[in-house]
Amino acid sequence: MDAFTTHTGTAVPLRRSNVDTDQIIPAVWLKQVSRTGFEKGLFAAWREDPTFVLNDPSYTGASILVSGPDFGTGSSREHAVWALQQYGFRVVIAARFGDIFRNNSTKMGLLPVILPGEKVEALQAAVEAEPGLEVTVDLADRQVRWADEAVGFEIDDYTRWRLMEGLDDIGLTLRHAEDVAAYENGRQPWLPTTV
Amino acid sequence: MARTLAEKVWEQHVVRRADGEPDLLYIDLHLIHEVTSPQAFDGLRLAGRPVRRPELTIATEDHNVPTVLGPISDPVSKTQVETLRKNAAEFGIRLYPMGDAGQGVVHIIGPQFGLTQPGMTIVCGDSHTSTHGAFGGIAFGIGTSEVEHVLATQTLPAYRPKTMAIEVTGELPVGVTAKDLILAIIAKIGTGGGQGYIVEYRGEAIRKLSMEGRMTVCNMSIEAGARAGLIAPDETTFEYLKGRRHAPTGEAWDQAVAYWKSLRTDDDAVFDQVVEIDASTLTPYVTWGTNPGQGLPLNASVPNPEDFADPTARSSAERALEYMGLTAGTPLREIEVDTVFVGSCTNGRIEDLRAAAEILRGRQVTTRTLIVPGSMMVKAQAEQEGLHEVFKAAGAEWREAGCSMCLGMNPDTLQPGERSASTSNRNFEGRQGKGGRTHLVSPQVAAATAVTGHLTAPADLV
Ligand code: SF4
Repeated sequence: MDAFTTHTGTAVPLRRSNVDTDQIIPAVWLKQVSRTGFEKGLFAAWREDPTFVLNDPSYTGASILVSGPDFGTGSSREHAVWALQQYGFRVVIAARFGDIFRNNSTKMGLLPVILPGEKVEALQAAVEAEPGLEVTVDLADRQVRWADEAVGFEIDDYTRWRLMEGLDDIGLTLRHAEDVAAYENGRQPWLPTTV
Repeated sequence: MARTLAEKVWEQHVVRRADGEPDLLYIDLHLIHEVTSPQAFDGLRLAGRPVRRPELTIATEDHNVPTVLGPISDPVSKTQVETLRKNAAEFGIRLYPMGDAGQGVVHIIGPQFGLTQPGMTIVCGDSHTSTHGAFGGIAFGIGTSEVEHVLATQTLPAYRPKTMAIEVTGELPVGVTAKDLILAIIAKIGTGGGQGYIVEYRGEAIRKLSMEGRMTVCNMSIEAGARAGLIAPDETTFEYLKGRRHAPTGEAWDQAVAYWKSLRTDDDAVFDQVVEIDASTLTPYVTWGTNPGQGLPLNASVPNPEDFADPTARSSAERALEYMGLTAGTPLREIEVDTVFVGSCTNGRIEDLRAAAEILRGRQVTTRTLIVPGSMMVKAQAEQEGLHEVFKAAGAEWREAGCSMCLGMNPDTLQPGERSASTSNRNFEGRQGKGGRTHLVSPQVAAATAVTGHLTAPADLV
């Protein structure tokens, strides 16, 4: 995964709550066995509506999605993260995220940023007033900055470090293979196997 | 120190704990299916990594499979299923393919084989993995990167969620089911109410539920935003497990039961949050909107968005009514449906089919009605009991096992504008097919609705 330290770009406001992963990428798009090509399915149903915000040319090239609360609820499909990234997003900002979506994002290097609801709305309003507004998401300083605003956000140290280094989780865990083997020796004898 | 059940199970599985890092958790059982696994296997191949414990992994084909006999006609679905077969063979994982007597929806087959046991950690690349918590373990959905991680290491790094108790006091009235209970819970705490929590369902009404009912409740924990839901194991649990294919036997059974009995929240343990709900006041529930939290008793009417104080809830209700094609004030009972779907990992078990059959016996359906067993074993059992004859005589379609109309991925879908009463778990926009409108209901309400053509409780039938 690509390392993430700080990102500056333009943002697009998505004024909807409960944007579930079925909306982000509908199930018919999940039949692919590859990891690419999902940008075409991003918000597929909503994009058919010419007034949908992603169809507004003033937001073309935006790399930061600013959504209403409970973004990424529902299905565990990581395809939602791939679709957002492949479309060009590096950051999603919302007041609340679905847990699995948030986990999936941090595994892939898409940064989910939690800001208080009123700050999310302030940012949405600022971007609507000026679509080309430059927004900076600074993971090193844990801060989102636009115009003369600077709003802090929380993220645990470990996840931040992993994102900033662009580290592969599996590689990290495999360093502890001995601990895993030791644990396996003490597992309860009746636990089932599938064979 | 006094601990909750979730804390006990979690602690039992910590492989490694270090300051400032997530716990490394051991995973006892990993379920995989065709949709969220191909890219994970690709990742393994690219890195030259094997599957660490193939014998703790099980695979099934469910999301893409058609529920009528015959091959998969959609070439893309077919490739996905074939990819799973190839991966299972290459990495030595047991697979229950389409047509096999053991095949079924991933969350139905774990319990039916006795693979899902108390105190275990269970994961799957599917959010409804929470179903397995009904046996008193920690079970949760993961994404494809995590699937790859579990395949490679049999562990997952994770932060321990906070704990929530949902205390269900009183008894469910006759005709009110586990599905109504969980819909009422989600309506109460909201789709984000459980975020960051493992929920333990407790109380008299929960103890009285069958394993099937408990699985229905835990299944929808994710719809309240919770990562996992669980219920302490008891005699009902042990009774269900005994004699199943992978359940312990002989001395191991006694040892296991002795341990399983210790799996309960200590009396003086403290939950981070407690929610109470009185089961005795509940009536059948249905959803009117486009998220599972937008539900009401069937006796109610479509709400008026203006009555919502919270602006986000108001705009969400406005949008939902528009999408659903509903007008505020319409009694829910007057909503007419085109399709009834009984099935899915929420309500596709034998008890659900029995409940639907009881209502359809000697009656005729007036709408398209799909009855889809959750697994081939459920199907065989239903046929042994003659339920399929009841369904067919009533004019319903009796299908093969699969996810079917729970999600718009296989041939069973709604057309744009079509409306369903569905026993599945998600009423999101387009979930059952583009433009489709979904009302979530219990199997009993689904069957009664099939008879009248509009949302109906069994008690309304003459
Ligand atoms: S039945 Fe529905 S919710 Fe359950 S695993 Fe299949 S698609 Fe997912």
